[in-house]
Amino acid sequence: MRNLIRNHAVVADDWTFVPLPPPAEETIRKQAGKVVIFKLTGEPAATPEQIQATEIPSGKVIIPLSVWLARKEELAARVAASEIGVWLETHELVEDLVGSLPDINALPVIAIHFPRFADGRGFSIATLLRTRFGYRNEIRAVGDVLRDQLFYMKRCGFDAFAIREDRSAEEALASLRDFSEPYQGAVDNPLPVWRRYTRYCQHPFAERKYQPVHEDEVD
Amino acid sequence: MYLYDDIDQRLIDERVAQFRDQTRRYLAGQLTDDEFRPLRLQNGLYIQRHAPMLRVAIPYGLLSSAQLRKLAHIARVYDRGYAHFTTRQDIQFNWPQLERVPDILAELATVQMHAIQTSGNCVRNITTDQFAGVAPDEVVDPRPLAEILRQWSSFHPEFAYLPRKFKIAVNGSLNDRAVIRVHDIGLGFYRDAKGEIALQVWVGGGLGRTPMIGTLIREHLEWRHMLTYCEAILRVYNRYGRRDNAFKARIKILVKALGAEEFARQVEEEWSHLKDGPHTITEEEFQRVSGFFQRTNYATLDDYCPEFEQQLQTNRAFARWVERCVHPHKVPGYRAVTLSLKPTGVAPGDATADQMDSIAFLADRYSFGELRVSHEQNLILADVRVSDLYALWEQAKRIGVATPNIGLLTDIICCPGGDFCSLANAKSIPIARAIQEKFDDLDYLYDIGDLDLNISGCMNSCGHHHVAHIGVLGVDKDGAEWYQITLGGSQGNDAAIGTVIGPAFAAEEVPGVVQKLIETYVAERLEGERFIDTVRRVGIAPFKANVYAKEAAHA
Ligand code: SF4
Repeated sequence: MRNLIRNHAVVADDWTFVPLPPPAEETIRKQAGKVVIFKLTGEPAATPEQIQATEIPSGKVIIPLSVWLARKEELAARVAASEIGVWLETHELVEDLVGSLPDINALPVIAIHFPRFADGRGFSIATLLRTRFGYRNEIRAVGDVLRDQLFYMKRCGFDAFAIREDRSAEEALASLRDFSEPYQGAVDNPLPVWRRYTRYCQHPFAERKYQPVHEDEVD
Repeated sequence: MYLYDDIDQRLIDERVAQFRDQTRRYLAGQLTDDEFRPLRLQNGLYIQRHAPMLRVAIPYGLLSSAQLRKLAHIARVYDRGYAHFTTRQDIQFNWPQLERVPDILAELATVQMHAIQTSGNCVRNITTDQFAGVAPDEVVDPRPLAEILRQWSSFHPEFAYLPRKFKIAVNGSLNDRAVIRVHDIGLGFYRDAKGEIALQVWVGGGLGRTPMIGTLIREHLEWRHMLTYCEAILRVYNRYGRRDNAFKARIKILVKALGAEEFARQVEEEWSHLKDGPHTITEEEFQRVSGFFQRTNYATLDDYCPEFEQQLQTNRAFARWVERCVHPHKVPGYRAVTLSLKPTGVAPGDATADQMDSIAFLADRYSFGELRVSHEQNLILADVRVSDLYALWEQAKRIGVATPNIGLLTDIICCPGGDFCSLANAKSIPIARAIQEKFDDLDYLYDIGDLDLNISGCMNSCGHHHVAHIGVLGVDKDGAEWYQITLGGSQGNDAAIGTVIGPAFAAEEVPGVVQKLIETYVAERLEGERFIDTVRRVGIAPFKANVYAKEAAHA
């Protein structure tokens, strides 16, 4: 089933998503990136065994951040061929990914894995990729991705959504249009509404309506 | 008050349509309970003990008479003829039907109201001082900035799925009536040396399981940076707040784990990227929103009103009501009036549809058609002429909202508790009633004087028991309902968390325990000393000794 939305349309997926192999019997609770993250969330990262055991098929692949960080040298040629994308868990640090290569835009796709749809960290990760780290290529939501979160994801800079397998991507498209004129700025439009329009202090039944502001008037 | 333009209106209309579709899909089995839960919570809809509960936002507690009439209408048509005002300046309906909630939201939208983000792990209703704009000790009217915050935080795409709920309170008066130090973010507005509006930023306060007074992480922030600074705080929290344990997920736990200094450093570092960005508030936007809150139609009045003085002299009951329920106003000849929703025998904060209609009438007749909800769960008419007070009192009496107990022991803050709330460990409303019944002698109540008594049905602390002079908390002991008593909490500039006095009590013991606490106070107090000051001076030991005296003798 085709379940990828990209640029407001359901499309075929030309990327292979590479998961981590399951951990060995005894999960070693390793520190994920910075100590503070581990201390605060207690969430595990991949073990060295898992990283080594990850098979990276040929063609266009999206690989785990931990695998990328450990094995990026062996993938240099494939990065140059635009065949490597990276995905990260919501508790992993986007800064680790950005710091791992000279130009983040060498990656054609970065995927953020939502372990639960209510895990809101992915929204900040995408926002940072777009607004702070200048990432221009595809940011894809994967995992527990449902239509009722799409509008917010889009606003935070996601432009591709791998809708959960048991749900219809076609139906989900409608939710990208839930609201027409949000209050606050975000990645999709950095200006808050009061920089988009001239709003008046007025009674709503009065004649004067809000007027569009021309781009060049925006300070 | 703030009035919607077509941008605001379209947003809430679109929200109604969105929620209508979500409800439809849920009822059709296309959304699971777990998937629907955060969606309904972000529209204020809980599934409670008897029926769903719908919480409607009253932004910073400000309400028009037309809005109150609509709330009365909803109570009548969709509910059982009454509603409950909450400690977060919201209103709750206890018996709506799930299928009809989209219709209720559509009705609310016609009077510029909604239930957006009144629950769920997102930024909740912004709360403030119920006397905003009229209090003589006010330095900065907090409402324009509260409204700017409300708009910014409504449907914020990045912060809709935080680790836990997020409460912001703002205050612009010398005395903090908004309890900003027990909120996730508390903003204290003041005028700096240059006369400009500035903010103190408190973070990581909160009640609940781990009550904490917030930490001041920034002494001075120019008002125009309010949104970018809040964005920095929320981003740090959204990224690093704990998500593995709901009890440790509030921002206060993160602030504590990192240390306030380190937390502040991370916020400042994040803010350095956002400062002066597009969300820097412009003078024009500030002026636009401020315009809605400037009341220009006050009459020029003499503050001295001879008839009023005469009425005070001749009518003791009226004088009492004035003493407790009438508050100073910055404009001569005007006063703010609290209508008590705490008569004995009624759940604190409850109002019937008929009362709401009548109060709407009083607001139109006496107070420019506006009113406020206080976090103490009372209603306020903020702009009443001194010469109208007597007439207002007579009419308020007739509808049962003139109990002269504001700030007294029976002005109890109380959550819905075990009668309605599915999270409760114990009932709270019957406890409030039993205490009110025990202390029904007005002379005695007046002699006791200022005293905050708050009741929560569980550790979630919706009844703010931690910051009460006497706090009552429902706890579960082997399936039975017990009550733990705390002493010495307070709100305001000297906010403090109360101390547990000892083992918990059975429901029927609670009024007697309160009685003993009061007796101890009466015995220990110095001339003119308030309850809380006595507790602070002598400590909790004598209170404890008196309360547990009998048990000790038995042992
Ligand atoms: S304090 Fe507990 S019982 Fe009371 S309303 Fe809140 S969650 Fe329910």
